[in-house]
Amino acid sequence: MTLLADRPAVVEEGSDHEHGAGPSGFLKWVTSTDHKVIGKNYTVTAVIFFLLAGAMAMLIRAQLANPDSTLLSQHTYNEMFTMHGSLMIYLFVGPVAFGGLANYIVPLQIGAPDMAFPRLNALSYWLYLGGGSLMMLGFLTTGSAADFGWVAYAPLSNSINTPGAGPDLWIVALILTGFSAIFTGVNLVTTIYYLRAPGMTMFRMPIFTWNMLVTGILILIAFPVFTSALVLLWCDRHLGAHIFEVSGGGVPVLWQDLFWFFGHPEVYILALPFFGIVTDVIAVFSRKPIFGYRGMVFATMSIAALSTSVWAHHMFTTGVVLLPFFSLMSYLIAVPTGIKFFNWIGTMWRGSVKFDTPMLFAIGFLVTFLLGGVSGILLASPPVDFATHDTYFVVAHFHSVVMSLVMAAFAGFFFWYPKMTGRMLREGLGKATFWLMLVGANVTFLPQYLLGLKGMPRRIAEYAASDGFTTLNRISSAGSVLLFLSVAIFLVNVVVSWWKPIPAGDNPWDASSLEWATSSPPPHHNFLKIPPIRSQRPVWDYNHPEDRIIEHAKARPGGFVASGGVGTVLLADVNVDGEDTLETRDPDR
Amino acid sequence: MGIPGGAKLRRVARFLLFSTIALALGGCTLPTFGGFRGATTQGQAEFKLWSWMTMAGLVVAAIVWGLILWAVIAYRRRDPDKMPRQFHSNAFVEVIYTAVPLIIIGVIFFYTVKTENTVDALAPHPAVTVRVTGFQWGWSFSYRDPQGKQIALVETAQARPPVLAGNPTSAEYPQFVLPLGETTQIVLESADVVHGFYIPAFNFSRYALPGVTNNFDFTPVHTGVFAGHCAQYCGLYHAEMLFSVRVVRPGAFQAWLSTQPASGAAT
Ligand code: HEM
Ligand SMILES: [Cu+2]
Ligand SMILES: [Cu+2]
Repeated sequence: MTLLADRPAVVEEGSDHEHGAGPSGFLKWVTSTDHKVIGKNYTVTAVIFFLLAGAMAMLIRAQLANPDSTLLSQHTYNEMFTMHGSLMIYLFVGPVAFGGLANYIVPLQIGAPDMAFPRLNALSYWLYLGGGSLMMLGFLTTGSAADFGWVAYAPLSNSINTPGAGPDLWIVALILTGFSAIFTGVNLVTTIYYLRAPGMTMFRMPIFTWNMLVTGILILIAFPVFTSALVLLWCDRHLGAHIFEVSGGGVPVLWQDLFWFFGHPEVYILALPFFGIVTDVIAVFSRKPIFGYRGMVFATMSIAALSTSVWAHHMFTTGVVLLPFFSLMSYLIAVPTGIKFFNWIGTMWRGSVKFDTPMLFAIGFLVTFLLGGVSGILLASPPVDFATHDTYFVVAHFHSVVMSLVMAAFAGFFFWYPKMTGRMLREGLGKATFWLMLVGANVTFLPQYLLGLKGMPRRIAEYAASDGFTTLNRISSAGSVLLFLSVAIFLVNVVVSWWKPIPAGDNPWDASSLEWATSSPPPHHNFLKIPPIRSQRPVWDYNHPEDRIIEHAKARPGGFVASGGVGTVLLADVNVDGEDTLETRDPDR
Repeated sequence: MGIPGGAKLRRVARFLLFSTIALALGGCTLPTFGGFRGATTQGQAEFKLWSWMTMAGLVVAAIVWGLILWAVIAYRRRDPDKMPRQFHSNAFVEVIYTAVPLIIIGVIFFYTVKTENTVDALAPHPAVTVRVTGFQWGWSFSYRDPQGKQIALVETAQARPPVLAGNPTSAEYPQFVLPLGETTQIVLESADVVHGFYIPAFNFSRYALPGVTNNFDFTPVHTGVFAGHCAQYCGLYHAEMLFSVRVVRPGAFQAWLSTQPASGAAT
């Protein structure tokens, strides 16, 4: 590829050659405001929380593998599922997407030199790390870590029912990570609105970037409510505020409303980034443009809008919510979600599908997420929810969803690892990870649908042999061992890639978005030059001039030019690169 | 649309219609998919909806899985040098895959509302009224006469349960009794935190919510003993907050009621 032939031969990642000598080593790591360093910190930290939460899941499954199990005490079991759920949701899936991958990739995809507010970005990371560590410190308190479930329903979460420092640490931790998420949301939205390179109009952005924009907006809608609710809960515990206490005239169910007003949009804050990853991965490995790009963008927006008005589907059995409204709104979300499925299928249709590891994980996502979606429709029906609420059917439903998101996360890891490190991961080990995860996830969670239908409630530390839950629980626990192996092989893969590197090159997947136009890893401030942006696939257009699609009429010369900030100057500089082969072919210019 | 395709489509539609009607006529053999058929009229209504929705869901899922699998297999990369045609939209297909789900949802929503009105309907004059209170960690079942006076009481004997949970139907947990074929109104309350009053065989659960009174009806259609759990996590011994319900013929119910002390802890 001649695209970047004339850039300097070796560019060390993050090297401060433009700014003279900066700090190095540890000091550089802790003081960095480079979105790539912060993005990697976030990713690594989040994966560590994933491993911790996964270890807790293994303990949970070990406990439930036998009836009348005494491996864990009741109390320890309650801590385990609380911390497993909390770590996974608050500290892994969300942060790894919007703090980790998006932080690293979004500026690259839009041709920006960094996030709009680099220092705020660093603050986000440190708040996240601090908050996450505080939550884990609960295990060191004399009482216990939080043990009121990841939803902390009032009044179980008050100072009488769950006293002690562990629950307080949980609350304060989530206030800190709440601010962290809000700052990241501000940063993403601002970056995407204002720092796009010349030519990168909104409708030329990769779907991943689009989804991060919508995710950022959803964060700004949902997280402030949750963060404030946590402050109220803290006031109840320490100042006797009685906001969620019947005795003082408070309303316990208010906590559920506030929590789920955050909690359901949160589901999409977790999911949308991964939808984005999968969309882009499928297009690249099918060698085709995204099918129905605009429809997909509008589907994403309507999912986000609808997601703010479905929260009470988690409260159907409270007896105090308007069932038909929340049920209808929940059903409606299936429409834009269905549109996405057909976009994904349409992208592969008549394509040339190559099964590299990222694509396998994307297909695994499709297959598994569909099951979560269908069981979700069932749960959106209040009568069906009455029969299955708070049983293992629900646990199975949301794990179908979150395991599909984990697969999408792995699609992202395998896809972008070469960009972030300059090294390839091993395909053989990657495929082993994939198959173990696909089989493991379904062996673990399919039996749980049946357990729920047989009447096994969630969050129970034990069941009796005569309940008839034993066999299905054993199958489920066996499946979790496959998941354990799958993650272990992934870690081996990472180690091998450091031990015996295979250089990645700039664009190992023949991908189409802008991050593949720079070196792997990218230099400080990301680009030495940027290819002309005339469509949704600038790098593809450059590499495959015969197979490009240029929008004709609407291409404004120069497109949307970013204004203000260091970024503009830099981008304007690098974009004047003379030899623009597309320029001469574009019929409109 | 092309005419030949239309004819084929009509044939498929007719087949689907007939097989649906055939299934509907044999209503009592609706597949369970692992769920309970329901031991109350309310639970049976839920079961019908569950079964139909699951069938619809699995059909949709099978179609989509089929399309995914087809795309993956039929369009796998065989010739690394051949570039596929770079198309990226098809207005007709896009309209179809937006409109069809909307219609499906409309139908499902209609039956959902119908069923939930059946399940949540309250009889104006229930034959029996039971005031159920959830507490950490047990239940009390207080039978009331029409004036609200307690005529019988069943409750968890030990609020601090044994260390290992037994079967919910075993004698260490409270068992309340309902008359077959008559409508009992449950008045559900909580004494402390949120609990979940859940009887799997009745296909029903409802929160016992502090500060809120929830009313709902059971009209049992099968005699027998059915397990009950606390479904909503309520603290340390949540797993052991068990109970059971025994459905007996009305005569036997009256006999049982007359042997119960009006107050005091009997299990
Ligand atoms: C790695 C494999 C995993 C296994 C084997 C696993 C297992 C489990 C099990 C058995 C429970 C139910 C505990 C109970 O109700 O008693 C549970 C709860 C939960 N899991 Fe997972 N899980 C896994 C991954 C994940 C992931 C990736 C997420 C989210 C991203 C997640 C989020 C949750 C949440 C939110 C809960 C509910 C906690 C609560 O009830 O408070 N899990 N998990
Ligand atoms: Cu929800
Ligand atoms: Cu409970």
